[in-house]
Amino acid sequence: MESDPEALKEILEPYVPLGQSGLLPALHAAQKHAGWLSQPVATQVANALKVPLADVHGVIEFYSMFYNEPLGKKVIRVCTDVACALKGADEILKYHCEQHKIQPGQTTPDLATTVEASPCLGMCELAPVAMLDEEVETNINLDAGTSEKGGPRSIVGGSIRLLTANCGKEEPTFITSYGSYRAFKKVLLMKPTDVVDEIKASGLVGRGGAAFPTGIKWDGAAKADADKKYVVCNADESEPGTFKDRILLRDDPHSIIEGMLIAAFAVGASKGYIYLRGEYPYVLPVLERSLSEAREKGFLGENIQNSSLTFDIEIRVGAGAYICGEETALFESIEGKRGFPRVKPPFPTTHGLFGKPTVVNNVETLANVPLIINMGTEEFRKIGTEKSPGSKLFCLSGDVEKPGLYEVPFGVTIGELLDMAGGVAGGKALQTMLFGGAAGAFARPDQLDVKMTFEDLRTAGLPLGSGVLMVFDESRDLRKSLAHLGKFFAHESCGKCYPCQMGTQRQMEILNRIAAGDILPGDLERLEDVGWTMTDSSLCGLGQTASTAVLSAIKEFPELFVENGK
Amino acid sequence: MTTTDEITLDIDGKSVTVPAGTTLLEAAKQIGEDTPTICFHEATTANAICRICVVEVEGQRVLQPACIVEAVADMQVQTRSEKVIRSRKSILEMLASSVDLSEAPEIQTLMDDYDASAERFPDAQRRNIEIKDDNPMYIRDYDKCVLCWRCVQVCADDAQFTYAINFSGRGYETEIGTFFDQTIPASSCVFCGQCVAVCPTGALKPKREMFIQQGISPEDITVMSSGRKKRKKRT
Ligand SMILES: Cc1cc2nc3c(=O)[nH]c(=O)nc-3n(C[C@H](O)[C@H](O)[C@H](O)COP(=O)(O)O)c2cc1C
Ligand code: SF4
Ligand code: SF4
Ligand code: FES
Repeated sequence: MESDPEALKEILEPYVPLGQSGLLPALHAAQKHAGWLSQPVATQVANALKVPLADVHGVIEFYSMFYNEPLGKKVIRVCTDVACALKGADEILKYHCEQHKIQPGQTTPDLATTVEASPCLGMCELAPVAMLDEEVETNINLDAGTSEKGGPRSIVGGSIRLLTANCGKEEPTFITSYGSYRAFKKVLLMKPTDVVDEIKASGLVGRGGAAFPTGIKWDGAAKADADKKYVVCNADESEPGTFKDRILLRDDPHSIIEGMLIAAFAVGASKGYIYLRGEYPYVLPVLERSLSEAREKGFLGENIQNSSLTFDIEIRVGAGAYICGEETALFESIEGKRGFPRVKPPFPTTHGLFGKPTVVNNVETLANVPLIINMGTEEFRKIGTEKSPGSKLFCLSGDVEKPGLYEVPFGVTIGELLDMAGGVAGGKALQTMLFGGAAGAFARPDQLDVKMTFEDLRTAGLPLGSGVLMVFDESRDLRKSLAHLGKFFAHESCGKCYPCQMGTQRQMEILNRIAAGDILPGDLERLEDVGWTMTDSSLCGLGQTASTAVLSAIKEFPELFVENGK
Repeated sequence: MTTTDEITLDIDGKSVTVPAGTTLLEAAKQIGEDTPTICFHEATTANAICRICVVEVEGQRVLQPACIVEAVADMQVQTRSEKVIRSRKSILEMLASSVDLSEAPEIQTLMDDYDASAERFPDAQRRNIEIKDDNPMYIRDYDKCVLCWRCVQVCADDAQFTYAINFSGRGYETEIGTFFDQTIPASSCVFCGQCVAVCPTGALKPKREMFIQQGISPEDITVMSSGRKKRKKRT
């Protein structure tokens, strides 16, 4: 494809007033137009938005889904991350490469096809998966020559259906079937401080991984004095093994929009952003349609429902960078920069997006908000346990009979959850489970009795993370899975701080040696020193947890790491 | 300074009183504790990226970078705990396995201080970046670059507002670079020399100095090809 400067000028027009903050959407649009971001195209974008050339190049270079060399007309992205790797993803990648006679990451000479290995695509329950441009291919079976196409199916189960009440149906909810924002209308009759108090009293804590009390976060932003405040929905879901937000966003989008509206009212925000990961293109039209519906019905815009609240929501699409799920890197990305996490403090509640007070919440956290308002705190707290009220979404994948999204009240044991999903696939014995995500820890089979609450999991040394439960049966070579984890973090480190920038690389190299059976004397000690250095000294949560799973594997399965341990 | 503006804290078991807003780096100096730094520079915005200055602060889950963390009343700080030493040593060892530190005497001294071995990581993939010689003023030898960010910052908002250089790649493959790797003369560089002045490792060097040092003529210096590499490719 060739770029037509006149046409591109018109395409870039809407982003010009945004300045640097319009850089990611402008680059997405330019790439769609020209096929890839060549030097002339990047120059035109830089000039239009008045961003220095070197900075534009720096941004293109940071994001995996921006290309500054020719890209195939068709792009095949094969997920080769942990869950898909268990189901033969490497073979699928090899198949596509052989078909097109290229190596992973290359484009055919006629520029027809590019084949890439992709980090987790967020469809682990349907593994193995791939994306052909924006089309999804799931449950790929090379031998039988079969697969499923179209949007990823939602498989929803569990023992309670509150957050997932509208999920797993034929189509996404419409505003009327959703219930016309009953909770928000209730909130409009309350004082903003009472809304904050209600969320505090509910005991809701964030579901994005850091488990921070939502009410306290909102309180901080509500009390901060500023001319402008923001509410940001973190829909960057990229933690390997996680797909809960994809299902919530696609099946019940209005619950998220309503959650954002309630947050905006409570803290006094006038602008909202949904930061959607670039690998979920099929979620975008659903969100766009839902936002239009909300605008038509007078739930977004000026003086909403005749109140003093003025609030609207903009969607921002990521471009292939796990780190942009870290809240401050996410702000940088919306501001049109490389996704480098910021030093904290200051915290987002006072210095967030564009330096203004900002509430940033995970999709699942926001979905809890209308539920709490509708049920009332007292009823909500009857679900779950005293210290961990409510229900929780778990993403089950790997060697489990019925992989999918499961909603259970806090307090259910790991074993009970596993039973709901039919236990280990094929009746095999359980070796271990990766709990919490790539940044999680390995659980032993004798931990099946652990109750899944924040307090019990902490005691057991298992991070809840983003609710991942990835099952490994007795036959699995964990060393291979650890090597996949190592590759993920090395690929996704932003490179800002030394411990993680170099530590994720050294960790990957050692894990590769271990997986290949070429262990060098001292590798175990090296792995531990690198791991603890990243954990103790990294700037952000990525580096601080990049070796959590590895260190837990060293503790639980030391025999994997010694010479000739094969 | 009134007494209300003063803070007393504990560093390595010694009581220290400093003005509010003092960093732990400065506060530690008062008891004669010289905390190592790499990325920190008086003239540039501190980003706390090298983490060699980390110290242990009671009640904090992770180690804290002394170059930016401010002293708080009654803080209990340890500058040489076991954790601190392990981090500093490992960071130095990883650095030595990644880049050429031959012209970074301060970092070499730190390696000795912390008993860090340059051979700790056998088979480590080094960065191995070719010399870029494309302008009459300075050489860019990024094989010696420790990614301290100083040059990018002085070129941008910390001093010159010229924005000639930025980053390419991501993670371990991050490099300092120009727009599409164009040459320095083709970029917006105004040859102010500030980047060269703040570079701690000889990655950016005035040409004359380099020729004299190596005893070679300008013609002998490899002219770097413009072979652009896409860095964070998904392979
Ligand atoms: C490397 C990294 C990636 C993250 N990715 C996500 C993500 O994809 N989605 C998310 O909600 N939170 C993510 N987080 C956590 C966010 O920084 C933040 O804590 C969260 O969005 C706050 O929302 P909550 O309080 O509702 O959980 C990530 C954190 C780190 C360190
Ligand atoms: S810990 Fe890793 S991801 Fe986070 S700032 Fe440091 S290099 Fe970047
Ligand atoms: S070139 Fe020098 S100043 Fe620039 S980042 Fe590298 S080491 Fe620092
Ligand atoms: S000197 Fe403090 S992080 Fe580099």
